[in-house]
Amino acid sequence: MHEPPHTITRRMLGLTALVTAAFGRTLHAQSQQQAALAPRPEPPALEEVHLTVNSQAHTLSLDPRTTLLDALRDHLGLPGTKKGCDHGQCGACTVLVNGVRLNSCLSLAVMRDGDSIVTIEGLAEDGKMHPVQQAFVKHDGFQCGYCTPGQICSTVGMLDELKRGLPSAVTANLAAMPAISVAEIRERMSGNICRCSAYPNIVAAIMEAQHGSAG
Amino acid sequence: MRSFTYERANDIAAATQAASQPGASYIAGGTNLLDLMKVDVERPRHLVDISRLPLRDVVETPDGGLSIGALVSNAGLAADSRVRRRYPVLAQALLAGASAQLRNQATTAGNLLQRTRCPYFYDVSMPCNKRQPGSGCSALGGYNRMHAILGASDACIAVHPSDMAVAMTALQAEVEIHTPSDTTRRTPIAELHRLPGQTPEHDTTLAPGELITAVILPPPPPGRQIYRKVRDRASFAFALVSLAAILDVRDGKVQTARLAMGGVAHKPWTPKTAERALVGAAAQADSFKEAGQAAVHNAVGRPHTAFKIALAQRLVMRTLGDLAAGG
Repeated sequence: MHEPPHTITRRMLGLTALVTAAFGRTLHAQSQQQAALAPRPEPPALEEVHLTVNSQAHTLSLDPRTTLLDALRDHLGLPGTKKGCDHGQCGACTVLVNGVRLNSCLSLAVMRDGDSIVTIEGLAEDGKMHPVQQAFVKHDGFQCGYCTPGQICSTVGMLDELKRGLPSAVTANLAAMPAISVAEIRERMSGNICRCSAYPNIVAAIMEAQHGSAG
Repeated sequence: MRSFTYERANDIAAATQAASQPGASYIAGGTNLLDLMKVDVERPRHLVDISRLPLRDVVETPDGGLSIGALVSNAGLAADSRVRRRYPVLAQALLAGASAQLRNQATTAGNLLQRTRCPYFYDVSMPCNKRQPGSGCSALGGYNRMHAILGASDACIAVHPSDMAVAMTALQAEVEIHTPSDTTRRTPIAELHRLPGQTPEHDTTLAPGELITAVILPPPPPGRQIYRKVRDRASFAFALVSLAAILDVRDGKVQTARLAMGGVAHKPWTPKTAERALVGAAAQADSFKEAGQAAVHNAVGRPHTAFKIALAQRLVMRTLGDLAAGG
């Protein structure tokens, strides 16, 4: 869907001719494409973006390439959300967007215009840690701490998904409400990597936080 | 990431017009496109944001099927009670894919149009016919453990990474497409993706600017459904081999069997010979073993992928056995 279809058909040719033809086709396609394309915008036009972050409204003027992660860290001074892999594989950048956990590194800030974001900095209320934060401290659910903001935001989103009855790959009966278990937590948190491997304590923290939130 | 201009589409017609311009690309969830833009594989000059188009509903069709809006999230579709009850193979496939965060963001159509995770496709310093037509295939002589055993060519041995598309193929879904000339067409999902042949740069049969607006599921077929995925770790990993299977057994005989395999080809693979061999066969181990053999009868193994042939064969045999036994 991103490229125009090639119009030159490949015929039965000898190897040398085949290589030449393939190369020629590539050059032809490229030159055609170059001629038809508008120049890249340098510098790119800035986009006005409205974000509500931790209950505070912000208006930013951003290069459209800016990810939500970079907008939070570099434009709003909220470095609690971490950049790990920057490719959606580690989960360190997990935030809540309109209450749902997402990888902020794989989201353009301009596409989040008007959305409400909660980061690790916004979980505490009146100077009191969120129950999930308290549980992570109590159970020592971290070692170096770099993945922790993502783990905690992901946990808050995950517990809400459980309350809403969202199934997971280890939910035995898809037609029933899922029940919390160690297996469910491990599956549902697989998008958050901890290279210190504090997983046993993270799972214990989440089990306790879940009891608290259900209590 | 290279610079681009951005626009938010307000309606479908405007979106297809904007996206049919050279260098333009749709973006919805963005989980795959942004990843590829960061590594310089995708280089759109203009992004058409379709994420706010009204394509977020799952609605009943008059014949008892479901129409799934293109922008329904993978998590939302897996959680839909109708999908969970009537199309469990689809819910299982969705939940077997990616991570919870990615499923919250990724869309139905975006899942179909995600690109291969072949490491040589991702590495712009290496030849790759899919990324740079005519440059060669690095995977042929490289590390190709995750690659195709069926339907590949000497130009490309990449596989399509979706789990969801495999289940939709077994369910014989149709894809609804809006064209830039403001018409709508439908195509069977089996004809959406293509085999690589000598033009692996084309993943699908979509023309420039065409927009998937919905996936239509026919009424659930008779029989039990299941999605099985074999992978290197228990969660958040792509399939080595996966199988969507729907088996209808009555009085000890197979009435119909629908199979689709993932992780083995450039598109969800339908082993038609195996399906045909099962019809009318006794629902017992011998028949399922033969079906497994038929499913891979024209497979080609390479040093790193040969294990997939036996794996796929046994996955078919075992899964059919479990379905027949009521598992």
